[in-house]
Amino acid sequence: MKGLIGRKVGMTQMFTENGEVVPVTLIQAGPCYVTQRKTEAVDGYSAIQVGYEVVPTRKLSKGEQGHLKESGVPNVRHLREFRLKGDEAYDLGQVLDVSLFSPGERVDVIGTTKGRGFAGAMKRHGFHGGPMTHGQSDRQRAVGSIGAGTTPGRVNKGMRGPGHMGNQRLTVSGLKVEFVDPERNIIGVRGGVPGSVDGLVVIRAARKQ
Amino acid sequence: MADLLSVVSPEVANKEVPTLRSGDTVRLEVRIVEGQRERLQPFQGTVIRMRKTGMGPVATIRRIASHGVGVERSFPLLSPRLAKIEVIRGARTRRKQLYFLRDRVGKKARLR
Repeated sequence: MKGLIGRKVGMTQMFTENGEVVPVTLIQAGPCYVTQRKTEAVDGYSAIQVGYEVVPTRKLSKGEQGHLKESGVPNVRHLREFRLKGDEAYDLGQVLDVSLFSPGERVDVIGTTKGRGFAGAMKRHGFHGGPMTHGQSDRQRAVGSIGAGTTPGRVNKGMRGPGHMGNQRLTVSGLKVEFVDPERNIIGVRGGVPGSVDGLVVIRAARKQ
Repeated sequence: MADLLSVVSPEVANKEVPTLRSGDTVRLEVRIVEGQRERLQPFQGTVIRMRKTGMGPVATIRRIASHGVGVERSFPLLSPRLAKIEVIRGARTRRKQLYFLRDRVGKKARLR
């Protein structure tokens, strides 16, 4: 499966040929380098490891430097793996860029959602909260009942409630590639992508077509 | 990157379109595709609102159709569907959004 690592640039809109307006998220992706090939024989599965974002040597630990030396690629900060199916072949050190994808293709985009801190049940799970009137007080954003009484005498596991929200890995699948600019290494996909602007995202060919 | 529209489609972002103002009377020609054929449909009316968006300026235009029915349409001015934008007449207005025209009929709906 082909894939790239990139950073979210932001959203805009573009016109299709027949004048429809399409929402587009721009992602600055690649150039990425193949840093390692994982094989069935050695690793038990077949994949490529891909690196992105060149940084000065001092930013990398000795271990990371040593690992990259084997493939002879520039110092990259981020490494991700893409599983391969049978016939796909990549060379060690090969450069991957946005020309891997072309407009009309479907991709999955994986990112880290914006952190929302400790969020209430209304924001986190879409609960409705309590009544605004009829003599109620301090119930407007409350969770409501969380179970029965003496039997079972405890709260069921997995009961939804307030807690930490966001800052989580999220995959958006089946986005259509609308725009590719190999010169500036920018790819545009239709619709939204998890995370804030400048957040790290992974783009891969869609798993479900 | 500040202007993302010009990254995606520079030819659209740099397209020359007339500057419209609220109160202008304009005539647009809209490309309409009917099956295989393409034709131009004119739309003439008063600009009652100008808006700036991520895809360039958008004008809301009000015209009085037959039987005195008011029709308002919004057009992204950079849209490839617009074949022509022509300013017929300007007018002095004190406000930017001319929603008060909706409540006026006939002679009272004129602008100077």
